Amino acid sequence: MKQNVSFNLNGKPVEVEVNGDESLLTVIRTYLDHTGTKYGCGMGHCGSCTILIDKEPVRSCMMYAEDVAGKEITTIEGLAKGEELHPVQKAFVEHDALQCGYCTPGMIMNATGLLLKKPDMTREEIIEGMEENLCRCGSYMRIIDAIQTAGKEMKGGM
Amino acid sequence: MKAEKINELYFGDVDHPVTTYDRRDFLKRLGGGIIIIMSFSELSFLTGCKTKQDEERPDFNAYLHIKEDGSVDCLTGKIEMGQGVITSLAQELADELEVPFKSVNMVMGDTDLCPYDAGTWGSLTTRFEGPVIRAAGAEAREILIGLAAKELGVSEKQLEASEGEVFDKNDKSKKISYADLTKGQRIVQQLKKAPELKKSKDFDIIGKSVISTDAVDKVTGKAVFSGDIKLPGMVYATIVRPRVWGSKKLSVDASGLDDFEGAELVEDGDLVAVVHPDPEVASKAAQKVNVEWDAPESKADNETIFKYFVDNITESEVNEEGGMLSSGREACETIVEAEYHDGYKAHSPVEPHTATCYFEGDKLTMWASTQTPFGTREALAETFSMPKEKVHLKQNFLGGGFGGKIYNPQAIEAARIAKLSGKPVQLAYTRREEFFNDYFRPAAVVRSASGVDSEGKLKLWEFDIYCAGSRGTGLSYLYDIPNNRTRTFNKGDIHPFSTGAWRAPGNNTTTFARESQIDATAHAAGIDPLEFRLNNITNPEMKATLELAAETFNWNKEKPEGHGYGISLGWDAGTYVAMIAEVKVDKATGEVQPIRVVCAQNMGQVVNPHGAKVQTEGGITMGLGYALTEEMEFDWGRVITRNFDSYHFTKFSMTPEIESVFADNMDAAPQGGGEPAIICVGGAIANAVFDACGARVNRQPITPERILAALG
Repeated sequence: MKQNVSFNLNGKPVEVEVNGDESLLTVIRTYLDHTGTKYGCGMGHCGSCTILIDKEPVRSCMMYAEDVAGKEITTIEGLAKGEELHPVQKAFVEHDALQCGYCTPGMIMNATGLLLKKPDMTREEIIEGMEENLCRCGSYMRIIDAIQTAGKEMKGGM
Repeated sequence: MKAEKINELYFGDVDHPVTTYDRRDFLKRLGGGIIIIMSFSELSFLTGCKTKQDEERPDFNAYLHIKEDGSVDCLTGKIEMGQGVITSLAQELADELEVPFKSVNMVMGDTDLCPYDAGTWGSLTTRFEGPVIRAAGAEAREILIGLAAKELGVSEKQLEASEGEVFDKNDKSKKISYADLTKGQRIVQQLKKAPELKKSKDFDIIGKSVISTDAVDKVTGKAVFSGDIKLPGMVYATIVRPRVWGSKKLSVDASGLDDFEGAELVEDGDLVAVVHPDPEVASKAAQKVNVEWDAPESKADNETIFKYFVDNITESEVNEEGGMLSSGREACETIVEAEYHDGYKAHSPVEPHTATCYFEGDKLTMWASTQTPFGTREALAETFSMPKEKVHLKQNFLGGGFGGKIYNPQAIEAARIAKLSGKPVQLAYTRREEFFNDYFRPAAVVRSASGVDSEGKLKLWEFDIYCAGSRGTGLSYLYDIPNNRTRTFNKGDIHPFSTGAWRAPGNNTTTFARESQIDATAHAAGIDPLEFRLNNITNPEMKATLELAAETFNWNKEKPEGHGYGISLGWDAGTYVAMIAEVKVDKATGEVQPIRVVCAQNMGQVVNPHGAKVQTEGGITMGLGYALTEEMEFDWGRVITRNFDSYHFTKFSMTPEIESVFADNMDAAPQGGGEPAIICVGGAIANAVFDACGARVNRQPITPERILAALG
């Protein structure tokens, strides 16, 4: 059954026709052409598809579009303000906390969600919060450092 | 170059550039400016490195183009998959050409724009392309200085280039920019002689740490991967796979598709697929297609495969031999014999294999996650009996490769489906397909015997390798053992599914086996493993690298309770590696926590120390997975491992503190950096586990169960 779902995507209202049983990841990537969010496993194990829903990090491959009706969705494309990178993006660049860059959008979105709740996380808290985001290239050490740097700049705000 | 040929080279030591003749007609299309074309085989005269006589010399593998606005394009068939050559190659060019680093634009892996390249693998890029790009940059600089001499009316000797300008050394106000010099010019030159390259003391950019130039695109979601392409009228394909690898199709019942409006069946031999404009509808519809398969019978599973190898592979080749094994045995006071096992590992890039393509007239255009765009082009041209010039692989980023994207079944499947459906197609493997279709790192067995005399000197070395190749096993780089024999046992069709190159092919397995064996021998002789190794190495580079690691690690420092230290040495892609790991083992549960890893490398010249460090950290982090947790579960072709809940690679919590140090060798030729560090992880961890708790586990991964079993 086709239905229309409305929500805010990176601050702009969108209305999209969905079948109802497709993942939010497909809606974002394929229907709404926001391809920064990535497919990695389709079962919520890797975190590449992480987005923010009302500032809460979630795996978009495990959600339906109807779950987000009326909500505020933020994807990797919505973090920077024009040319000015978000503190988490900036810190990822400064620490070169990435290699192939494929898991990076999910890492950054999850980190942003965690930092919004607690900008001064300890190393252990970062590891616990990020644990289920996978990076095959092995940039974990740098990602932890980047999150600590970003936290200092964010002080609780986006 | 074909994947099988790459495998053949890759499991041995590649010590020459890999090239293939492919004359191309690029230059007509380029505008004005200065163009230097270069071939990697020119290394033979640039660095004295040997090239194989039977290989034809290509016209060129890369070229640089100084355009009329003074900007510089560097075009190469290599690809960027996170290893950082998009940054380090630009550093090398900018330094020799004397232009600002930011003015260099790297164009990579596009088969219409870039000259032929055999593929990005084997830690070859920095070793074999870097020096040639430097030489081309230096030659272009000489041409520009020559032009400037005419323009400024001063002798070339009085001129110097810097930051994209040529100026008079005596009067710096007398200068002219590269842009002005290039305007109206059309100079095409093949690199013919080795221009004078800078010495390390004169480097401005080489040897400086530079952050990846593609980082901003990757943190903003702008970096384009092959699945991010959407074409007008495109359909998404889902392939109906058998449960068992290698199955043959018997019959197809597609009546279930009637419930899915717009879904189309594509059938071509054993390829059965469903296409639909909506990817999820394609996926759901494909589940309603019933295919009856004839599956091959099981001959072994992940537990019995090792015995299966030993029972069924009888032919061997001697790779290295010295002295007499029998007299070696007689000279020994202590002999250790052991067998080592290593399971199949998946590449598991977070981006699964993907291809997006369309046919237009007689031309095929494709974006594919491939480490071998030119090889993929050849394979596609062959599949459709079309000239390879009619196949265009476009440049895009890869979400990791690690050797797995040398092989591109997805590209062939996507194009076959596009041809049959008559529509643009995207085929993106699911995670399950990525595991099912992988060209796995082969399971392997190593049987070894080693012995020492009363002086603690190694006198005997027997090393029989099943299915892992000889790469990096040459004793001359490692230990001095007078009586030795290394043999490889292989059989082409022995594996239940495809196998191939996995970051430093074979060398992860053989280094684990060798370094475990050396460690066990040291302990059997009652000698400290560091002292034992130093006493048995005569290669000065290897010795110095181990000393650097031991000093950085502080080998003699006190160990906390439950902690252990382990050493591993190795040689790969021209680079000497010495690694020391510290782990903590919980004796009650067998859980291993890596605490610290120190990695010393002599990789010759380090072009981008930051990039080399990132590659080393990445290699070590990835290596912890094969050492401790990664193992494919299967019953012959029935691949049981399907997703990351059953295939565990390194996560945040497993990552130790990593310290990488490099020998200062800046005037030497650069060696490999992408692969070498990873080879030592298994051995260092195995030896550290033994040191921590006394469990000698001879099978990778070293799981808690295997540690508990070894403890008895």
